[in-house]
Amino acid sequence: MTLIKTHIGRRAFIRNTSLAGGGLVLGFSFLNSCKQGQAETMAVRDMPKEWFEINGYLKIGENGLVTIMSPNPEIGQNVKTSMPMIVADELEVDWNDVIVEQAPLNTNLYSWQVAGGSRSISSSWQNLRMAGATARHMLKEAAAKAWQVPVDEIEAKSGVLSHEASGKSAGYGEMASAASLEEVPEEVELKDRSEFSIIGSSRKNVDGKKIVTGQPLFGIDVQREGMLIATLAHPPAFGMQLKSLDAEAAKKMPGIRDVFAIKLFDDDFKRSAFHHTAFNSVVAVVGESTWEVMQAKKALNIEWEKAPSTSVEMSMFGNDMKVNYPAGLESTASHRQQMEELNSKKGRVVRKDGKPEAAFKNAAKIIERSYTCPFLAHNTMEPMNFFAHVTEDHAELLGPTQTPEWMEPAIAELLGLPLENIDINMTRQGGGFGRRLYGHFMIEAAAISQKAKAPVKLVYSREDDMSQGTYRPAYYATYRAALDADNNLTALHVKTGGIPESPLFANRFPAGALDNYLAEDWTIESNITTGAFRAPRSNFIAGAEQSFLDEVAEAAGKDPIEFRLELLKKAQEDPVGENNDYDPARYAGVLELVREKSNWNTSRDMHRGVSAYFCHNSYVAQVLDIAMENDKPVVQKVTTAIDCGIVVNPDAAKNLAEGGVVDGIGHAMYSAITFKDGAPEQTNFDKYRLIRHSEAPREIETYFVDNGIDPTGLGEPPFPPVMGALANALYKATGRRHYHQPFITDKPPIVG
Amino acid sequence: MANYTLNINGKSREVDVDPSTPMLWVLRDHVKLVGTKYGCGIAQCGACTVHLDDTAVRSCQIPVSAVGDKKITTIEGLSENGDHPVQQAWLEIDVPQCGYCQAGQIMSASALLKRNPSPTDSEIDTAMDGNICRCGTYTRIKKAIKTAAGNLS
Ligand code: FES
Ligand code: FES
Repeated sequence: MTLIKTHIGRRAFIRNTSLAGGGLVLGFSFLNSCKQGQAETMAVRDMPKEWFEINGYLKIGENGLVTIMSPNPEIGQNVKTSMPMIVADELEVDWNDVIVEQAPLNTNLYSWQVAGGSRSISSSWQNLRMAGATARHMLKEAAAKAWQVPVDEIEAKSGVLSHEASGKSAGYGEMASAASLEEVPEEVELKDRSEFSIIGSSRKNVDGKKIVTGQPLFGIDVQREGMLIATLAHPPAFGMQLKSLDAEAAKKMPGIRDVFAIKLFDDDFKRSAFHHTAFNSVVAVVGESTWEVMQAKKALNIEWEKAPSTSVEMSMFGNDMKVNYPAGLESTASHRQQMEELNSKKGRVVRKDGKPEAAFKNAAKIIERSYTCPFLAHNTMEPMNFFAHVTEDHAELLGPTQTPEWMEPAIAELLGLPLENIDINMTRQGGGFGRRLYGHFMIEAAAISQKAKAPVKLVYSREDDMSQGTYRPAYYATYRAALDADNNLTALHVKTGGIPESPLFANRFPAGALDNYLAEDWTIESNITTGAFRAPRSNFIAGAEQSFLDEVAEAAGKDPIEFRLELLKKAQEDPVGENNDYDPARYAGVLELVREKSNWNTSRDMHRGVSAYFCHNSYVAQVLDIAMENDKPVVQKVTTAIDCGIVVNPDAAKNLAEGGVVDGIGHAMYSAITFKDGAPEQTNFDKYRLIRHSEAPREIETYFVDNGIDPTGLGEPPFPPVMGALANALYKATGRRHYHQPFITDKPPIVG
Repeated sequence: MANYTLNINGKSREVDVDPSTPMLWVLRDHVKLVGTKYGCGIAQCGACTVHLDDTAVRSCQIPVSAVGDKKITTIEGLSENGDHPVQQAWLEIDVPQCGYCQAGQIMSASALLKRNPSPTDSEIDTAMDGNICRCGTYTRIKKAIKTAAGNLS
């Protein structure tokens, strides 16, 4: 056991005094929140008559059922199951006795209620454990007092408190009332890893039954008495803005209640990057049903005009910055030209080790390759939507957001209400991938509800969703390698940039493993808005770097895994530079694990590519196998090795890693947003290709390094490297290297 | 506006809507069955899949006026207690990530198994290619379909 001070999360453990002593009866549909199997065993068991709140994370019923709050947004990464598992393990309760509820936004009780940076588990790991351990301790204290025995003689196991010497025992439910009145301890003992009984063993999705039976779960499913539906019209192109609106015809359409323009931010409002939207003024159509507002939208007469260039003051995690949005209607052709031009000039030097110029001058051979990728739309399957009910002095918001806490101030500002009069609740979310970090749709819903004086659910059509912006940026990178006469790598040079940001991580591998290294970058301003997309920047640079290293290994005549391990050995034993931000041993660890699990050294019947990458504090290596079927490359199997520390819910973690693999192959292979005259050329799935069933790998195997380290990121890390493994395996299968995503548009096409 | 009497999940439901209204929105907004999902509105994603009689169809493409007295089955009506073999297999394999596409996937899969109780891999691909899963649960879906097929036989 580890002794740990509770003060970090202490405010969450201070009882809500309005509930203290009294208990609380709550009504909700219990069986619906059960897992299959659980429903049967629990059906015979009644819901508690009273709930006793022990701390902000959990309450215990008099019959021993426990409700655990899941504080973070659930976007498909499984936190609604895995976060409560952590609490339940420390509490020492049977998982079958646990009911999970989504917590509302509550900055007093919880911290980092954000689904971003793959940090849900890692940043709440201690707090969740403390919540469970604190409650366990308070239950023991209550039992010790009741039985008049020393507290350290009391055992807590599977929801039962017992005292061996006296033979006394009681269920948690019996002690819950007394425990809820106990002092919150100053420090508590956490379990040793060897004592975990729930963490590390797979538990099924707590919403599984609701999902497979189609129960209302998602933001788009919200229904309320008197609720209206709203949809928005935004400019048809980036670089355009609203000039005038003639809503007469639309207002006369059946079911339409109102049509008006809304403005989100006054010019002097200091917004954050998470509030920003390309289209500050948009037109709202409000009516009785979704189909009616969609039809009325087509009857709008709107004049759009070219927008001037703007410069917006923003704050980002406390840092002020100024972002410029140039005027003009941009196109993919002009973007390409701009990128090529900038990449041919000297960039901003971010890191330089040794004497790279001299090494290139003396090189026997230089390999130079350029890589590109397009803008991407997140395309969560559930389009952007949000429910808002704004009255004179209160606002209720409900729906899918990855950043409720960060959006609250902007909503307060817009509505002219104090923060405490705004309640934000989260639904389950039909995908996130970073898109719902940017909650302009919440602000829009609030603005519409305020103006329409009614509860409103704002729903984006797929076209609205895909043409709104907040895209993954477009990137460009050139790698150069200097080889000596014996084909040893003597220097590496990367120059990279993007619209509007650079994807460079100058201090990541292979920096630190090379005596001569140069990293430069550049950026291009644009009025097309972009945002974090699963593993930002890594989602391009990993594939580029890992494809390039494959070519260098080939030129050096080395096995690609062996080649990487040699570099990592150098970084481990004799690192170059001070700022290397990865652990070479853990990096090598996943490569060794994937080599073993994929039978890399013995299996010969597949075209195989390997890749490895570090991001979000985790390490991932992948081997991707391709076989040619009817002259087409078909991905047969992907073997993934991951080092993300302790894995809370192994099967769900595998599911997430499998998703990352499919996602990575899909985006590298098929997806792109291109522009003409400022307008995206793809606005629905007829033109925007997402990977489909028949294109997914036939088999995916996932292995975790078992090292007992506290958890690190998992949602993002398996996504970036697979793009490199794909490119490298395609080369083995077809003899062609692919440098430009999506690979399917490479000429001649590789598949159908 | 016009009145329609629809047979949805074995029950008769009356709605008063514009004849062009797609079944998807009739189900979601008027009958308040929101298990059937909107994803694209143009027959490209499969999120809106329901059964019309026993065939899987994209409800975003079927105007209410075209339904007549055909039986509509939605995810809510696939089984009484959520225990259709396909639903059970989905839970056993723990398929969903975000879960948003899964109602459509399950409706496509259950229609497939009804007409072909033991599909091959490529038959599964063909039947399921119209259902996008943005989270990438494809390999689990295939496994769950095979599990369900095994339990059926
Ligand atoms: S919503 Fe009908 S197929 Fe996408
Ligand atoms: S599970 Fe998220 S779209 Fe399929």
